[in-house]
Amino acid sequence: MAERRAAVQAGLRAVAPMVAAVIPFGVTAGVAGLDAGLGAALTLGMSVIVFAGAAQLASIQLMDAGAAAPLVVMTALLINLRMLMYSAHLAAYFGYLPLRWRALMAYILTDQAYALSVPKMMNNASASNAHWFFIGVAIPLWVVWQLATAFGYWAGTAMPASWELGFIVPLIFLALLMPAVQSRPSVVAAVVAGSISVLGGGLPAGLGLTLGALTGILAGVLAEQWWRHE
Amino acid sequence: MNDSLWWVIIAIGVGTYLWRGSFLVFGGRLRLPGLVRRALNYVPPAVFAALVLPGILQVQADGHIDGPKLAAGMLAGLVAWQTKGTIITLAAGMIVLWSLRALLPG
Repeated sequence: MAERRAAVQAGLRAVAPMVAAVIPFGVTAGVAGLDAGLGAALTLGMSVIVFAGAAQLASIQLMDAGAAAPLVVMTALLINLRMLMYSAHLAAYFGYLPLRWRALMAYILTDQAYALSVPKMMNNASASNAHWFFIGVAIPLWVVWQLATAFGYWAGTAMPASWELGFIVPLIFLALLMPAVQSRPSVVAAVVAGSISVLGGGLPAGLGLTLGALTGILAGVLAEQWWRHE
Repeated sequence: MNDSLWWVIIAIGVGTYLWRGSFLVFGGRLRLPGLVRRALNYVPPAVFAALVLPGILQVQADGHIDGPKLAAGMLAGLVAWQTKGTIITLAAGMIVLWSLRALLPG
């Protein structure tokens, strides 16, 4: 019992700086929902139902641009595809837990919860309580995300357009992009995806983005193949 | 209109839960082919780059580029690369954008 509490507390300590970084992200999602005219229920409902910042921002942007529904869904699911990788990694360590545990962990799984929990679950000394650490990390992120989007929606009207707060959205993706570019093939993937996405700006909403992401993934795989054979 | 948007959000939510639960909840015996596993490694760089670039490099119909946004984005990219910090990246980008807007006419 004491060990469980210690594991949860260690999670809370580890996540504190991440929580601070999530606040502007969540506020931006709330403001974006307001600006797109989605209404409070849809904006806040999205935070509960989807609970994934990048996908929420991108889909709000697409809905606002009037993109076709299948394209919005496809783009959001493409953005969230990385969760599949996290799920595969976590399952190798948490597969022994009861189903209700795993079902909850899947719902609150985020980039940050995954990234912080990996060292815990791979360390033999802390592995048996790693799911409590995960809870300590993931629950505060969920709570703060809901509060931040609600605050953004509520306070958004008080923020004048001249502040150009919409520019925070690409900046947030920039902060997510940099740690993801760690190898030469991933640089190729990013450059190709970004270029096609810009060039496809004139296509119907969302198409350039989806096309860019797909060609970028393909370019990354091909580049990896190329350098391996060199 | 809002009714159909609810369905879009629900579809995204269900799909996202399928990703999150793919192995953790549903996939005791799920095995991905090697090529798919390798391709998944390039999802984050490709998706995030495709989201970033059109927001920073905004080309108008007349070929005019929003200079302050491009400069702010490039500097924020440098900060993100060096620090890997979210808040400092956001602060750097917004401060550069606001400064350039204030300094440059029209």
